[in-house]
Parts: sequence; structure tokens; C-alpha cells
Amino acid sequence: MSTASEPTGRGGAMLHPDLRAGDDSDAIMRDGRRLDHAEGASKPLQTNPEPQPRGAKIHGNRPVDQAEAAGRFIAAPEHEKMHDERLWDLRQKRDREMHGIPEWEELRSLASAIKEHTLTHLDLYLDQFEANARSNGIHVHWARDAAEHNQVVHGILRDHGAKSLIKSKSMLTEECGFRAYMASVGIEVIETDLGERIQQLDNEDPSHVVVPAVHKLRTDVAEVFSRTIGTDPANSDVHYLAEAQREATRPLILNADAGMTGGNFMVAETGTFVVCTNEGNADLSANVPRLHIASIGIEKIIPRLEHLAVFVRLLSRSALGSPMTQYTSHFRGPRTGGEMHVVLVDNGRSERLGLQEFWTSLKCIRCGACMNTCPVYRRSGGLSYGATYSGPIGLIIDPTFNKRKYSNLPFASSLNGSCSNVCPVKINIHEQIYAWRRVLVEEHEVPLAKKAAMKAAGVLLSRPVAYRAAIAAADTALAHLPRFVIYNGLNAWGKHREVPHPPKQTFHNWYHANRGAKR
Amino acid sequence: MSSRDVILASIRTNLPCVERPLPHVPMFDGDPPASLLSAFKESLHRMGGVFLDPPTVGDILEPVRGKIADAKIVCSTVPEIAGNQDIASVGVPRDLADVDFAIVRASFAVAETGSVLLSDADLHVNAVAYLAQHLIVLVDPADIVVNLHHAYRRPEFRNHHYASFHTGPSATADIEGALIHGAQGVRSLSVLPVARAAGKPTS
Repeated sequence: MSTASEPTGRGGAMLHPDLRAGDDSDAIMRDGRRLDHAEGASKPLQTNPEPQPRGAKIHGNRPVDQAEAAGRFIAAPEHEKMHDERLWDLRQKRDREMHGIPEWEELRSLASAIKEHTLTHLDLYLDQFEANARSNGIHVHWARDAAEHNQVVHGILRDHGAKSLIKSKSMLTEECGFRAYMASVGIEVIETDLGERIQQLDNEDPSHVVVPAVHKLRTDVAEVFSRTIGTDPANSDVHYLAEAQREATRPLILNADAGMTGGNFMVAETGTFVVCTNEGNADLSANVPRLHIASIGIEKIIPRLEHLAVFVRLLSRSALGSPMTQYTSHFRGPRTGGEMHVVLVDNGRSERLGLQEFWTSLKCIRCGACMNTCPVYRRSGGLSYGATYSGPIGLIIDPTFNKRKYSNLPFASSLNGSCSNVCPVKINIHEQIYAWRRVLVEEHEVPLAKKAAMKAAGVLLSRPVAYRAAIAAADTALAHLPRFVIYNGLNAWGKHREVPHPPKQTFHNWYHANRGAKR
Repeated sequence: MSSRDVILASIRTNLPCVERPLPHVPMFDGDPPASLLSAFKESLHRMGGVFLDPPTVGDILEPVRGKIADAKIVCSTVPEIAGNQDIASVGVPRDLADVDFAIVRASFAVAETGSVLLSDADLHVNAVAYLAQHLIVLVDPADIVVNLHHAYRRPEFRNHHYASFHTGPSATADIEGALIHGAQGVRSLSVLPVARAAGKPTS
């Protein structure tokens, strides 16, 4: 094992020179090295305020137009550049950690196998968790869907006369529309993760599962904070903004009636749930008020503590390229004088388990590595997906919630497979994206132009001779066609990028000429 | 039918009919570092923590005394150093809001990640490790395990209602990736290696 991989200089070719500046006064140094644990240490780009591009326009149940929202994100070059480079920086840090651990691939295989075993015995392990958690003094509740989850939590809060709730970030509560529901019943919810708090104050969803405000520039944050917590609108210094938020949130934490967290893992054999954060905000939410409620998806369970080691070693390394989150907290029962509730939420998960091609998406540990590596995600921003889950993992989860509304999402991918390669639990994400395209076409959720192209491609791909002829013809055509034929509104691939230069020869022809004859 | 029964029934209906045995997890400890303490120190520093080098002669607690010399409120849960706020007198966690320094002893530490494990017994009031502005942790060098696989074999995870790995101080990079210590919790975490006082239980 390795305990300390050497820093690999400041990143790779994608990083802007400003991000590698040696004289960054904001950098935190230790032993002569710049620290880059937690979520990154990239020096931000200098910027003049550029208005923040907003996310996808939602029209009820109509299909979300991801490409339209992505187009607006790309049209904001400073946002796009910062977003792209920041996430690629995280991907590079993840690679550095991976190379520092010889057993990395073995850990991925173990994680995948443990999750698949648990999911194929999910009823037994949930039963075991419930029994052990109850015997430790935890109140265990079950919720079939988002509405029931919100009602259960509301019921607990009502029983305690709680009017304010501090909480840590939880994708599950986003899924449940929890904050909106609580507002409707007059309970104040205060998000305590800095990024999530920014998003809450800006009335916007998180754009990333780990770094919720990654699509915002510091000037956007300065604007939000000046409007909501009274900071100087002209001051976009990151340290000033973070400190102002700390000071504004602290009294809310101290005076809250109840606390809420999500859960990254549940351990069946001990009845423990585990929460990972970098800010310590989940531990404040759980340990300052007397009442702690944790909402956890039923797929988050693993059998034993020895399995937890595998996932904790993979999670933050995959997410942020840091060996561990700053805080990894294990809750096995209420503290003296306290009260602890766990709400186990299904919300479509048990049905997903029955989807032969898609059930392994339930292995996901929400690290965000697939998002950080995805060229589409990095350039379009998480809010362009118009769904709780964005990026590659979103493409394969969102349609299980609403096939029509999210019918466009599986097409927001180049199928390059990078997402599958970085996934710490080895979900075959890009294959599932392709499979969803087929399912959505078969179930008539896809518009005609896309469907015709898919059908033609399907015919070609099933006939090798026709495919080879078509590729050769297309290469010849690409080399000779005028630009306006290639770069027009019908070819989405020609927008914002050059189509690659066609090869002089197809691979099949080359093979035939060079290798085939030698047989 | 209760929601519990509905969910479990739905799971049973949908369980994939595939054989997936539970794998054996190795300890991955075949190539341990020469010194667990040095490895711990390096990992801790990478994560933004401060390793306090113990003086070779004189008072081993001097680095801690130096840190808290100018502090107004110090809350200590260790016998080695006295604070001026008694943790036993804390009625509600909010009472700890103005603590400058908290001093606690870790159950054990992990060389691989630079983590220290703080249990509810180590903290007395869990919130002290998050509400204090700065946290100082004493670790017995004999209590350092090589990696997380060894860590999760420790009894603390079965004996305590609360146990948390602290790996450096509270940190965030949520605004444009700029690293900031003290997002919500402690602004600094310092660790001093010092053996447990004789006769004290180890967990």
C-alpha cells in the first residue's frame, strides 16, 4: 500500500496557466508543498462578472431540452472554462490517487462484487440492519416514495414541535423535493454544506452530486450572498465569502430544533450508518440539536464493517482525488439524551432492481467521478440536465423516474466509455446509456429525427458489408463535402466543434491490405 | 400492508435471479511503511492537519501548551492537560459555542490516510470536536494502524454509538475550487504523539 503519493506537479495540459501560478497567496502550504486535499486547490481564473447561465427550462412533463441549456452554458465562456478545467482537475487528482494504490483495480472489483451481492439479497440485509439499529435505540421508518418520506419526516418534527432544521447535503432529499415540502408546512430548512447553502440561497438545485455550486463563479456567489446574507457585492474574495457564510450560518446551527443528514453507507451487521463530509457540517447537524433524522436510500446498504473499508478507500479518491473525506462519521445509536431516526426510502429503487439491463445502476455510491470525466457534462453544466441526477449516472437513473421527461438525456453522451472506466463500483454506465436509447426508441419516447437516425444506424450496424461500404463512402464524402453540408442544424455533432478529419483509408481496408494478405 | 412490507415485497418480486457470492476482502498490508508514525505524519499533512513534533527533552506537552497559551476558553477531555471549561458541566452542546481550543485523545489513528478516530467516549460531548475553533488531538504512537482494513477490525465501531474519523480540519473548496480550512467546523487540527498515561484503558 502507499501512504503518500508524490504530487504530480500542477496538473496536466488542460489547466490554465493561472491555475498553476506559484505565487498564489491564497494557497495553503505544508512542508513546502501546496495542499490540494478536500476538493481541490486550483487557483481560480481572474474574471469580470459574466452573468451565470441558468439551467434547463422545465415545462411540466415535456422532454427536457438538455442541448438547449448546454448551448447557453457554452455561450458563457468564463463559466464553461472554469467548470471544464475545475472538473478535469478533479479527474486528474483522482488518477494520482489511483496510481498511488497498487490494489486499486482489485478494490473496484471488490466494491462491485460486494454491491451486487448485497443488492441480490437486499431484503435480508435491510431486515438485518433494521433489527440491529432498533436494538441500538434508533427509530427506523420506511417510506415507499418521496411524498411518504416528506410526511414521515414532517411527522417526526411535528411530534417534537420543531420549527427549524439544519441539514447536510443529501441527493435523496433533492430527489424528494424535501425543501419545497418543508417550506409548504412552515418549517425552516437550513443547508449547512457551503455549496448547497449557496444553491439554496440562490433558489437553484445542486448541479453536481459532490460539489453542488461548481457551475458558479466567485462573482456569482458574491452576488447571491450580497442579496441574502448581506456581504459586500463588490467583494468576491473566496475567503471573505466563505467566512461570511460561516458566521451567518453558525447561529442558525446553534439554535436549530432538529438536525438531518443523509447517509453514504449502512452496515447491516452493526446497524450503523456512515456520513462523509469535508466541512464537518453533517456532524454539526447530527450532534448539536437533540434530534437527528437520517434519510437513506435502501440501496446504500453493505453487509459488514470489513466491506466498509473498501468503499471508504474508494469514495473520496474517486470523487475529489483526496485519500479520505475530512470527516467519516459512524452513527450506531443516539447519544445520551438524544433521539435518532432513520428513514429508509425506496422511491423507485425496488422497481429498478427488476430492470435486467439497468439494476446495477443501484451500485452507485454518488462519488461524481463519471461527471468529472464526462466531456459533455464538463462543457454543459449539471443544471442543463434539468433533473436531480446529472452527468452519465443521471442519464441512466433519471429515465427510471420519468421516461418521457428525461427521454433526451441518454443522447447527451458520446459513448466514449470514460465514465465506466472511472466508476469505483464498475457500473457499465456507457453501455446502459446505449441500452436506454434503445428502450426509449422502442417505447416511442424519442422524437422522429433521432429515431430515424437510430434506425438507419441499427440496420447498418447489423450488416458488416453495408457498414463498411457506408463508412468508406462517408469518409470520402466528409473529405470532399462543402462545410455547409457538414455543419448544419441537422448535425448536432458539428455544433461547437470540428468534425474529425476523415482517415484516408478505413481500418478494414488497411487491415485487408497490410495483414489480410499475409494469412 | 405497512410501507415496510410493501417495500420488502417489491424487492423480493424484483430481485435479480443471478448468483453473486460475497467476496473475501484481503487486508492489503503486505508492504507496510517502515514507520507508521512517519507515514501518519505525512498523510496528516497532506490532508491539512498539523503534526506537532514532541520535544526530545523536557515537557512533552510543550507544543500543546504553546498553542493554547493565548486562548480564552480551552476545553480538555484528557487528564494530561487542564482546560478552563469543564466538559462535565456542559448542559447542552450549544454551551460549547465559544470554545477556542478543544483537546481530546484519539482511540487510534490510521497511517494510510492520516486519520484519527474520535468516539463519543473520547469526546464526552460529540459537538465539542466541531464547535471549537481549533482541535488538538493526542495519539499514542502504539495506537496507529496501517490502513483502513485494519481500522475497521477495531472494537470501537461495535462498542460506541458515535465514532468519527477526522482527517485534517474542516475544509471546503466549494467556491471555484479554492481550498479553505474552517468551512463550518474547526479551523485547524493538530496532533501530538504522546503515550497514554499508565493505567488508562485503551478503548
